[in-house]
Amino acid sequence: MIIKRNAADMAAALANGETTSVALTQAHLDRIAEVDKDVHAFLYVDTEGALAQAALADQKRAAGKKLSPLAGIPLALKDVMVQKGIPTTCGSKMLEGWRPPYDSTVVSKLRAADVVILGKTNMDEFAMGSSTENSAYGPTHNPWDLSRIPGGSGGGSSASLAAFEAPLAIGTDTGGSIRQPAAVTGTVGVKPTYGGVSRYGLVAFSSSLDQAGPCGRTVLDTALLHETIAGHDPKDSTSINATVPAIVIAAKNGNVKGLKIGVIKELQGEGYQAGVLNRFNESLELLAGLGAEIIEVSCSYFEYALAAYYLIAPSECSSNLARFDAMRYGIRVGDKSGVSAEEVMNLTREVGFGREVKRRIILGTYALSSGYYDAYYGSAQKVRTLIKQDFDNAFTKTDVLVSPTAPTTAFKIGEKADDPIAMYLNDIATIPVNMAGICGMSLPSGLADEDNLPAGFQIMAPAMKDDRLYNVGAALESALLSKWGAPILSHVSGLGARA
Amino acid sequence: MAGISRDDVANLARLARIDMTPAELDHLASELGVILNAVARVQEVAGQNVPPTSHPLPLQNVYRKDEVVPSLTPEAALSAAPASEAQRFKVPKILGEEA
Repeated sequence: MIIKRNAADMAAALANGETTSVALTQAHLDRIAEVDKDVHAFLYVDTEGALAQAALADQKRAAGKKLSPLAGIPLALKDVMVQKGIPTTCGSKMLEGWRPPYDSTVVSKLRAADVVILGKTNMDEFAMGSSTENSAYGPTHNPWDLSRIPGGSGGGSSASLAAFEAPLAIGTDTGGSIRQPAAVTGTVGVKPTYGGVSRYGLVAFSSSLDQAGPCGRTVLDTALLHETIAGHDPKDSTSINATVPAIVIAAKNGNVKGLKIGVIKELQGEGYQAGVLNRFNESLELLAGLGAEIIEVSCSYFEYALAAYYLIAPSECSSNLARFDAMRYGIRVGDKSGVSAEEVMNLTREVGFGREVKRRIILGTYALSSGYYDAYYGSAQKVRTLIKQDFDNAFTKTDVLVSPTAPTTAFKIGEKADDPIAMYLNDIATIPVNMAGICGMSLPSGLADEDNLPAGFQIMAPAMKDDRLYNVGAALESALLSKWGAPILSHVSGLGARA
Repeated sequence: MAGISRDDVANLARLARIDMTPAELDHLASELGVILNAVARVQEVAGQNVPPTSHPLPLQNVYRKDEVVPSLTPEAALSAAPASEAQRFKVPKILGEEA
């Protein structure tokens, strides 16, 4: 059935007239209607809008217009990215009912490429979390096992791919929110180089770390989406004004012969599930068999990355989320005669924000406050320098660096909900990439022995060398596929009658 | 190691403009103590000779051309306002709230 194909194959089917975008979009809408009551990947499905966009793509094709490689292909959009007129909640009560009056640059680029946006996907509130359990609208369930988390914060996007509700999705990654969900759902996700994809219209959590990026079921699909959304944007002052690397070509080539691949000593061992490490080491052997040189490197300051992240991200969040003041948009609580604006703000933010968001705002307010700034936020900024230097040194000896993406496979919903520190440890291997502003990919490395759940393999490359992720990712994906005989997602079972 | 009292949290909540119930304040005070103890280790390696990094890109003063481009209409800008009047955001009283 068509929804099980890759986006690149769907595009070929559209090009050769085998199907239409309207039919393809309807097939995905049907799938969502069938399984999303169990998965809960979507917060909003734009049935009418998606079918209209699909019809437009079909018309353009019929008229012989030159089309983008992804024209007519459906996509799921993380609910942190604004789309004009479509509800955008960021998984928060604060923005319940908000319909943004403008499109984010990512959405504008998707529209220009005639990509069909199916709807908005669930996420941890304001992208703070690793499980989607922090969504004010209830958690998303992992299609591999509905009692488990799909990762976070972009769990809705990754789950929609694994459940075949969408062939492509957009995520955002501040400390691992694209890569960790990809790892635990057996899908592919890329955090582009910081500044590689515009942040205009991405609701800010931690501005020096936030980065939007592509999610797919294959390396090539992810590359096609990456190339569609990347590039300089004058509306984002931190957008890089340089040519986008040849990502799709790299994904088609996939040749690691002679490449130096560095294994980061500090991102394995204690705390990592044995089955995750087994799949990681097997992937290394495959890459070595393809002619790559495997080198061990040490990044000794990475052990401080998590601590620094949980000072920097909350500090920036406490500032960014000050915009939710109940004055111009979003909910307003307690506005009646005699109640001051400040009291309304206090009441609204009490009701509008969930527990994790409040925890981070308060932590950030503390870390930035007079008397504590140097000891906390200032020290964390110094650690950021040390992590950057660790990467710089490692990349003098290697072309890419690798690690497991997440220390474990998907855990049970509720298992870590009351232990913030245990929850934060999910991001231990993904955070350094954000701190240094470089790029990273997660792709499936197989199923862990203990629980038959997907494990992720992370590839990291220097800033603006995103093509290297796709080159190495494609080579590994191809070797793994030969070994497995079928894509990893063919093992997802029990979802819907037609699955 | 840094302890954080209920009063500290109450003050931070006031600064962050979030009302909190007494139960929330108690809960956060104990949680933040644990988190702060865990993150305070950044101080172990943050020597005076290490320069801070606030941002991954060495960008400074990025300007765009000063050109007139289409922008939101007043109706669109006010479309999500909790309250509006005469093409303006209508807000609760802001004067006379502090001595």
